[in-house]
Amino acid sequence: MTGFYTLLYKELLRFWKVGFQTLLAPMVSTLLYLLVFFHVLETRAEVYPGVAHTIFLIPGLVMMAVIQNAFANSSSSMIQSKISGNIVFVLLSPLSYRAIFFAYILASIVRGLLVGLGVYLATMIFFDTPIQLTLWVLLFVILGSAISGALGLIAGIWADKFDQLAAFQNFIIMPLTFLSGVFYTIHSLPSGWQYLSQLNPFFYMIDGFRYGFFGVSDISPTISLMIVTLCLIAISMLAIKMLKSGYKLRY
Amino acid sequence: MMLPAIEVKQVCKQFGDLRVLTDIDLNIQQGEFFALLGPNGAGKTTLISIIAGLTLANSGAVSVMGHDVITQYQQARRSLGIVPQELVFDPFFTVRETLLIQSGYYGIKGNTQWVDEIIERLDLADKANANMRALSGGMKRRVLVAQALVHKPPVIILDEPTAGVDVELRQTLWNFIQQLNQDGHTIVLTTHYLEEAETLCHRVAMLKEGRIVALDSTKNLIGKMTTGNSVRLRLLPDALPATLQALQISHNAGLVGLRIENYAQIEFILSTLRSANIQILEMHLQQPDLEDVFVNIMKNSGSKSK
Repeated sequence: MTGFYTLLYKELLRFWKVGFQTLLAPMVSTLLYLLVFFHVLETRAEVYPGVAHTIFLIPGLVMMAVIQNAFANSSSSMIQSKISGNIVFVLLSPLSYRAIFFAYILASIVRGLLVGLGVYLATMIFFDTPIQLTLWVLLFVILGSAISGALGLIAGIWADKFDQLAAFQNFIIMPLTFLSGVFYTIHSLPSGWQYLSQLNPFFYMIDGFRYGFFGVSDISPTISLMIVTLCLIAISMLAIKMLKSGYKLRY
Repeated sequence: MMLPAIEVKQVCKQFGDLRVLTDIDLNIQQGEFFALLGPNGAGKTTLISIIAGLTLANSGAVSVMGHDVITQYQQARRSLGIVPQELVFDPFFTVRETLLIQSGYYGIKGNTQWVDEIIERLDLADKANANMRALSGGMKRRVLVAQALVHKPPVIILDEPTAGVDVELRQTLWNFIQQLNQDGHTIVLTTHYLEEAETLCHRVAMLKEGRIVALDSTKNLIGKMTTGNSVRLRLLPDALPATLQALQISHNAGLVGLRIENYAQIEFILSTLRSANIQILEMHLQQPDLEDVFVNIMKNSGSKSK
């Protein structure tokens, strides 16, 4: 286990050493979103009974920050190591591919959770958004950040250049997050879009996460939990398979 | 019989259409100081990468200290320390952090004592707490050597450890590596400095276009050279008597090179010059070295490897 702990420690230390960029900056940008939306949406009707639009937005924005940062952590760590060549130090070592997978994912979860927690605490200064069902919140935030971390790892292994990684982020992760109901409830969408939203795994992460805050959601949290768990298993299996076969790592 | 340190059996490797290694068979015994030589692109680094598990062979098998590098990769990698050719480093960490993290990857907790010792022995003490980015090329090279040693591997492979390294570090490095070899570590290295290989290595394999074209002890390889003994002379006047002209192999910067088959021939050369009233201003005796062997083998093995 020492090998796994060391890689995890290294991955944590890596983003901690540049915390301004990896923790503080995403917190600030999420709060800016909130500030703008608050100004625009202040007067709009409640989304759910007793849930003002701004308050409704907070869990979505927290989850968005979690997803983006968990993805950024594993993907940028992997591609930087690949391009600078220092990935050999991991590849030369007896670390098992499972240990490598779990260390990268856990570090992504930690970064996602730190950013999410930071954003949430900062919104507490201005808004009162109590968490009703802590367990659901924790479950979804951990599963969501794990999925993003695993996706980031896959993207980091697959991409040969920063350019390709940016494409993965901008054309897959960003649209999936923005169209997952971060800013709205899918009940406000036309039925075609509603159907499409339900094909988006990120929708279930955010909907389930929001359920933990308000006790209300677009669909049953148990179904969301099952779908999110299945997604995590499938994506993790793919990532582990890539590591095991040495895809783009061992030529 | 002792387990070989490295055993390579029938290894082939192809990148797309490009055949990089063909039927490589190689046994390196424990305690050997072994050189892998060959021109650029001969496949040395690919072979090392296959031994290290960084590259996967298309066919054949490789084991390190009896452990297959694919099926028993953890044991194989624990037995192996690799110094890569490229100066790679992680810019987030200091020298000491780098070495402790590397120890951790091998499952070693609290390796400070050994890490401090290698830092000391590789003259890195001044830079132990400096960030990797701040180090000169030579210093980074030392850290790479140190990283390969954190887990005290019985087999150490150095891929061109002295490329672009100044004389002082080269000497420190070789003394250190010789010490490791005397302590029982098996050393394999690649280098383009053939005089280094000649003085340090007991045995040599030469690769050309992905095939082994020579594999023998350094002594035997040089001993087998039938040509290569020569005498170099600076003469006054600078003119060779006709009887000696058949022996001439070179004429560079006023030095005439004459090929000799045996040392007794020198007597004949001297007496011929004396009777022609030619004065000898300077004389060097040259024996074949590994470089001659290398040039000779690379020249003559061309057609065979096709």
